[in-house]
Amino acid sequence: MFHKTFLLAVAATLAASAARAQDAPQGIDAAINAAVGAATGPFVSFIFSPFPGTSFPWIVLWLVVAATVFTLYFGFVQFRSFPHSIALVSGKYSDPDDAGEVSHFQALATALSGTVGLGNIAGVAVAVSIGGPGATFWMILAGLMGMASKFTECTLGVKYRNEYPDGSVSGGPMYYLSKGMAERGFSGLGKGLAILFSIFCVLGALGGGNMFQANQAHAQISNIVGDYPGWITGVVFAAIVFAVIVGGLKSIARVTEKVVPFMGVLYVGTALVIILMNVDQIGWAFGQIFSGAFTGLGIAGGLVGALIQGFKRAAFSNEAGVGSAAIAHSAVRTKEPITEGYVSLLEPFIDTVVICTMTALVIVITGVLQIDPDTGMYIWDAEQGRVATVGDVSGVALTSAAFGSAVSFFPYVLALAVILFAFSTMISWSYYGLKAWTYMFGEGRAQELSFKIIFCIFVVIGAAMNLGPVIDFSDAAIFAMALVNIIGLYFLMPVVKAEMTSYQNRLKTGEIKRFA
Amino acid sequence: MTSETYVVAFEGAPGDPRVLDFAIQQAKKDDDSLLLVHILEWSPYSFLTQEELAERHGRRKKELERANAIVMAPALAKAEAAGVPATGVIRYGQVVELILEETRKAGASKIYVGRSGSQSVAARVFGSVTLGIAQLSPVPTVIVP
Repeated sequence: MFHKTFLLAVAATLAASAARAQDAPQGIDAAINAAVGAATGPFVSFIFSPFPGTSFPWIVLWLVVAATVFTLYFGFVQFRSFPHSIALVSGKYSDPDDAGEVSHFQALATALSGTVGLGNIAGVAVAVSIGGPGATFWMILAGLMGMASKFTECTLGVKYRNEYPDGSVSGGPMYYLSKGMAERGFSGLGKGLAILFSIFCVLGALGGGNMFQANQAHAQISNIVGDYPGWITGVVFAAIVFAVIVGGLKSIARVTEKVVPFMGVLYVGTALVIILMNVDQIGWAFGQIFSGAFTGLGIAGGLVGALIQGFKRAAFSNEAGVGSAAIAHSAVRTKEPITEGYVSLLEPFIDTVVICTMTALVIVITGVLQIDPDTGMYIWDAEQGRVATVGDVSGVALTSAAFGSAVSFFPYVLALAVILFAFSTMISWSYYGLKAWTYMFGEGRAQELSFKIIFCIFVVIGAAMNLGPVIDFSDAAIFAMALVNIIGLYFLMPVVKAEMTSYQNRLKTGEIKRFA
Repeated sequence: MTSETYVVAFEGAPGDPRVLDFAIQQAKKDDDSLLLVHILEWSPYSFLTQEELAERHGRRKKELERANAIVMAPALAKAEAAGVPATGVIRYGQVVELILEETRKAGASKIYVGRSGSQSVAARVFGSVTLGIAQLSPVPTVIVP
């Protein structure tokens, strides 16, 4: 009863705030910006506070150390088991009698549609414009290391998921933190971490999984049709999202799920064409990426600046260590939880090592980042806090300008891709957020409806805000999930190790059969 | 004495009883048995939403129950009533491929398939299940109009 009253009160308060904002059309965006920016400021400052005595945010170090620990602990599983991961995805180890169940490919594709999106388009542009081309090097490294984090969390996601009598499943960090930690004798701590993770997951769903998407979708649309108030885009998007997640218009979600992979292929294909059109510059671009990684090439933050941006944007893009993928991958049907770990490690590879690198290469090769011809260094725009760009653009507009400089009509295709990616990510994150919400407040129609309404209100808020506060809050909320999730992963990594050793032994003896 | 097994590619669509009736008639005449094969079209490489993933196992169970109750059980009962020994198989996957696989597995000597397939543009361009079976079958195929 308390839960229902509390939830409905939260939803009503947010709805009333939105309604007040609608009553005063003048400066709505500014009002929302100021209110949300002020409210989220302390949280953002805490998450990104630097490691004592350095300028390095402790949360980024937290992710890097975790990825390194998992890489070493599992003996570089991401490199050794890469071919086996491919074999699993292609169905070579799938029992034909299990046809009709969720396949490894489907779990991977759905998880990818939640991660491949604006992080790969806008996030990379932000990283490269603030951290210089060198940020790409650190981004790739973070992607490669992050594969081990993803391996760990997704194995646990499947192992400790809940299976209900109707055949549906719920999995994710909430479940492995509570059930897994209890198994190891840390029941109280596990429950506490699960609740904390759920709180941060709801914030992440509202931030990176919602506001950032709505914000960048609006930026892209206004780039094409001209400037107009963000709340208008927000209301339209919120209405469509509402129709899908509340109204049950699954057809929209299904169409999106089918179009998004196509747009992904189109995006990568176009990037590849642009790179191949400038094949003579690939060596130079990689030179910029490598030398920028260690020298800064004129970037104000130098090596550390490039490194921070690279790691930050990689984590935001592939979500390794964040825990969201464990929710997505836990639906797969397999007798061996570790197999989903192997499959999931392909996710950061595809997302970051392949797609993000391609975006970065296009931005570097097309010359939208301004270079001082005399010094060969990038021109630093101190006022904006980033490299000066052609047309003075940033975020998704920078990627759009880079692609547009090579293929004139591509900004229109990119606009459509961004809108679809944004929408698909929102739908995925509405599910992740909902799972965390119902973990805290229990399953039920009132609980689900209240979260879904709040989610839709945040679409409007996200579209109306400026990029800066949205990115800060989105990053902070997503990274806060990693803060809790990784503590649990440290406690539970021996479980994954035992699963891995047992599986590898049975694979060697032929007990695990290959079907194709 | 039962000598041969005939496969009936059974879609369960309104036009299908004709293929079943014809196969039963032939099997009875020759004292043969039938293997009814019903395939639920499925690709492990299709794209599903997050919600569909979470509900898939339950849905599969329901789909199988439904296919058994509505399609397979009445068809088997019909064959049994006619005195023709019959067994049924329900599988998920690519229709033509699996019907041919079941044919080989059972060592069947003939396939009965209805003509009433899809008239969609895709079927016209890429070929229907009926045509696919007729083209790839290792045994004689009878297309029942």
